[in-house]
Amino acid sequence: MRRYLWFALLLLPFLLSPFPFYVTLLNFFAIAALVALSLYVLTGLGGMTSFAQAAFMGVAAYATALLTTRAGVSPWAGLALGLGLTLAFALVLGLLTVRLKGHFLPLSTIAWQVALYILAGNLVGLTGGHTGLTDLPALSLGSFSLDSPFRYAFLSLFLLALLVLALHNLRESRLGRALLALRGDALTAASFGVDPAALRLKAFLLAGGIAGLAGFLYAHFLRFVNPTPFSLEASIKYLVMAVAGGVGTIPGVLLGSALFTGLEDWLKDLLPLLLGRQGNYETIAYGLVLAGILLFAPQGLWPLLAGKRAFGRPALPEAKPLPQRPPSGRRGEVVLEARGLRKAFGGLLAVNGVSFALRRGEILALIGPNGAGKSTTFNLVTGALPPDGGQVFLFGQEVTGLPPYRVHPLGLGRTFQHPHIFPEMTVLENAALATYARTRAGFLQVLFGLHRKEEARALATALEALRRVGLGELALERADRLTAGQQRLLELARLLASGAEVLLLDEPGAGLRAGEKRELAKLLLALAREGYSVLLVDHDMDLVMGLADRVVVMNYGEKIAEGTPEEVQKNPLVRAAYLGEVEAA
Amino acid sequence: MDATILGLLLLDGVQNGVIYGLLALAMVLVFAVTRVILVPIGELMMFAPLSFVWLQGGKLPGTLWLALALGALWALLERGRGRGLPLVGGAGLLLLFLLARGSPALAYLAALLLVVYLGVATYRVFFQPMRAASPEGEHRGATVLALLIMAVGLHVAYQGLGLVFFGPEQFRPDPLLQGEVVVGLTWQGALVLAFALLSAAALYLFFRRSLFGKALLAAAENRLGARLCGIRPEEAGMVAFAIAGLMAALSGLLLAPLINAAYFMGFMLGLKAFVAAILGGLVSYPVAFFGAVLVGLFESFTSFYASAYKEALVFLLLVPALFYQSLRAKGVEE
Repeated sequence: MRRYLWFALLLLPFLLSPFPFYVTLLNFFAIAALVALSLYVLTGLGGMTSFAQAAFMGVAAYATALLTTRAGVSPWAGLALGLGLTLAFALVLGLLTVRLKGHFLPLSTIAWQVALYILAGNLVGLTGGHTGLTDLPALSLGSFSLDSPFRYAFLSLFLLALLVLALHNLRESRLGRALLALRGDALTAASFGVDPAALRLKAFLLAGGIAGLAGFLYAHFLRFVNPTPFSLEASIKYLVMAVAGGVGTIPGVLLGSALFTGLEDWLKDLLPLLLGRQGNYETIAYGLVLAGILLFAPQGLWPLLAGKRAFGRPALPEAKPLPQRPPSGRRGEVVLEARGLRKAFGGLLAVNGVSFALRRGEILALIGPNGAGKSTTFNLVTGALPPDGGQVFLFGQEVTGLPPYRVHPLGLGRTFQHPHIFPEMTVLENAALATYARTRAGFLQVLFGLHRKEEARALATALEALRRVGLGELALERADRLTAGQQRLLELARLLASGAEVLLLDEPGAGLRAGEKRELAKLLLALAREGYSVLLVDHDMDLVMGLADRVVVMNYGEKIAEGTPEEVQKNPLVRAAYLGEVEAA
Repeated sequence: MDATILGLLLLDGVQNGVIYGLLALAMVLVFAVTRVILVPIGELMMFAPLSFVWLQGGKLPGTLWLALALGALWALLERGRGRGLPLVGGAGLLLLFLLARGSPALAYLAALLLVVYLGVATYRVFFQPMRAASPEGEHRGATVLALLIMAVGLHVAYQGLGLVFFGPEQFRPDPLLQGEVVVGLTWQGALVLAFALLSAAALYLFFRRSLFGKALLAAAENRLGARLCGIRPEEAGMVAFAIAGLMAALSGLLLAPLINAAYFMGFMLGLKAFVAAILGGLVSYPVAFFGAVLVGLFESFTSFYASAYKEALVFLLLVPALFYQSLRAKGVEE
C-alpha cells in the first residue's frame, strides 16, 4: 500500500532532533502544508480560490485561545468551537458567492480577510488587540504533554499525513472527478447530475475546516496568538506555496510548502539587511515569485520535476459494474415530450412553439438549416436553458425549467455539439464522471476512504461502456490524446455509463470519418433495439435519413414538418428551407 | 447628531465616495476589457502623490526605476516598431523627472505620467502574456482566476516596494487650492467632486459616443470578433490600463492633500471601490459609481458611531450586494 508511505513523514523529527531550530521549522512546515492543501481542494480541484485561509486559521486560533485561557476548558473543546466557527464563516461566505461567477468568491474572501484582521486588531477587550493572547495551554494526549517542538511535530506531521491520504481519496472519487469537471466546464458536470453550487459550497467548507485545524495547531504550538500570522499577506503566502509547488498535485503543494517555509525564514533575515530597514519586505518576493510562476510555469514546479510521467491508476478496474437497469417499459410509449416550447434571446425568437414526442426504442432526428433553433431546443429540453414558454415531460413527469443536474438523474443524458471532455483526466475518468448520479458516497465517506468499493464498481461501469463503443484499449490514456472522432465516442460511452435511457445527441457524426460514421450508426441502431430512445441533431443527411425512424424539421425556430424520412424528403416546405426552392403552395 | 454634523458627515461621505466611484469605474473598465480584476489599483493610486512629494523634495522616487525596469521588459517583449512606445516613453519619463525636481507643475505631470506608464507596462509584462497563452472560451473561468491571483501577487509586491521606496510615514502634499468654500468643504474637496463628476461624464461620452470607445467595448465582449474587425485586443488592454492608471493617479493626487498618502493606504481605498464594483456586478458602470457613493456615506456614518471598526464594517455592505447578485444569477454558468 504505497499511500501509507506518507506516514514516513513521522520519522523526520527523529532525523532532525539534533537541530532544535529545524524541528521548529518542521512544525511550521506541517501547519503551512495543511493550509496549502486546503487550497489544493479549492484551486487544484475546484477551480476556485480563497484569499482568506489565514483568516479561517485565525478564527479557529482565537476561538481555542479564548476558550482555554478565559474559560479554562480543554483545548479539544477549543478545537470543536474553532472548527464550528470556521465552518460557520465559510458557510455564510460560501452561500453568498457559490452561485455567482467564479471570481466573486475569491474577491469576497479578500474583503472578509481584511475585515477579520481589522477586527482582531481592534476588538481589544476580546482579542487583546495587537498584543494578542498569551499562555495558551500545551496540548496533551492523555498524560503525554506535547510541550516541546519535538513532541508537537509528531501530532502536526501525523495530521498532515492523514490529510494527504484523505485528499488522495478525494481525488480518486466521484467528488474529485466532479470538482475537476466543474472547474473545466460546469455545464457538462451539471449534465451528469453535479449540482455546481452545492459541490462548490462543500469544497469551500472542507477547505475552511482544514484551515481551521491548522489554526488550532498553530495556536497551541506557539501558545500565543496575535493578528499578524492571520493577515492577508499570510493568506497570500499560502497561495504562493501551493501555486509555486503546483496546486494541481498533492506532492507539488507539499514541495511548495517546504520550500517557502525555509525561504520565508531566510528572506525575513536577509531582506531587511539588504535594504537597511525593518519591514515585511518578504511580500515583495512572494509577489514576484507568484508572478514568475504564473508566467513561466503555470502548473508549478512539481510537474517540471516529476516530468510528464502520469501518476495515474496503474491497472484497469476489475470489479463488477454498477447494477444496470436495462431499459424497460413498452416499446412505443412516449418517453420525452416537448409541448409548445418557446425561447427568445432579446428580439430574436430562437424557438417558437415547437412540439414533438420521442417514443421508446425509436431514433428521432431533429434537422434544419443553420440557425433553425435545433441546439436551443436541445438546451431547453435538457434544462441547460429555461424556456420562456411551453412544457417538457420526461417519462410523464414535468421537468420544465429544472436545472440539468435535476433532469439527468431521471434518465436523460446528452452530448454536446463540440465534445466536452476533460483533457487532464484519463479516458476512463472522463467516462466515470457519468456515474456521478448513480453513486452516493459523500464527502465524509470519501475522505475516510469508505467509498472504494463503490468507486471500483463505478470505474468498472465506465470501462464496460468504453469497451462497448470500442475505446476499451485507450481507457488509461489522457483524454486529450483522442482524435475528434474518438472524443465523440467517449461522449457516447459517458452516456451509456450514466445509465440514462433517453439519449440526446448533438451532431454525433460531426468530425467522424465515413467508416466511423457507419460504426456509429450501427451502435445507435443496436441501442434503439435494446430500448434506448435517441433524439439526435445532425447535418449529415445520409446519416440522418438512413438512421432515423422519424424526422422533425425546424426552420426559423418553428417546426415545419414531421414524419418518416421519405415523407419529409418529399415535403415542399422542407425542400424550400434547404434548397431555397420557390414554395409550391 | 445635529444638522451641522449631519452635513459634515454627508459631505465627507460623498467626497470619499466619488473617489471610490472613480476607482470602481476603472476596475469595471479594466475587467470588461481584459478580465483582470485590478487589485493593485490602490498601489498605483498611492504611487502618484508619493512620487510627487519626492520630486518636490528634489529626489527621484524609486517608482521611477520600477517603471523604467518594467518599461525595459515591455520593450523586450515587443517586436519591431512596437518597441518605440516603451523606449520613447521611458526616455521621456526619465527626462521629465530630471526636469521636474522642484517644479510643482511639472512634478504633477511627471507623477501622473509615471503611473500611466507603469500601469501600461504592468499589463504588458504581467497580464498580457497570460492572456495570450490561455485559450479563449471554454476555460475562461480558470483564466480569470489565474489573472486574479496574478493581480493579488502584484498588489503585495507593489505594496512591499512602496514601503522600500517611500518608508512607512504618511505624507500630506500641499493642496492645489487653499481655503474653504463653506465650513467642512475645502476648495480641494470641491475640486475632487468636480473632477469625479467630470471623469464619469467623460468616460460615459467616450464609450457611448466615440468609435474608439465602442471598439474597446467590442474587444471586451468578444476578442476574436474584435480582432476580425481590426481591433487588436492587446492594444485595447493597454488602453484600458492607461485609462485606469490615469484615473487612479489623478484621484491619488487630488485626494492626498485631504487624507494623506502612505504606501499602505491605497489598498483599503481600492477594496472599498471593489465593494462598489460588486454592487454593480462588475459590469454596470452607473451602479458601480452610485454604489461607491453609498459606500462612502456608509463609511462616513459608521466612523461617527464606531470609528475603530469602520474599515471592517464597510465590508458588511458586501453581504447585501452579493445576495442581490446571487438572486440574479443563472442556474449554471457555461
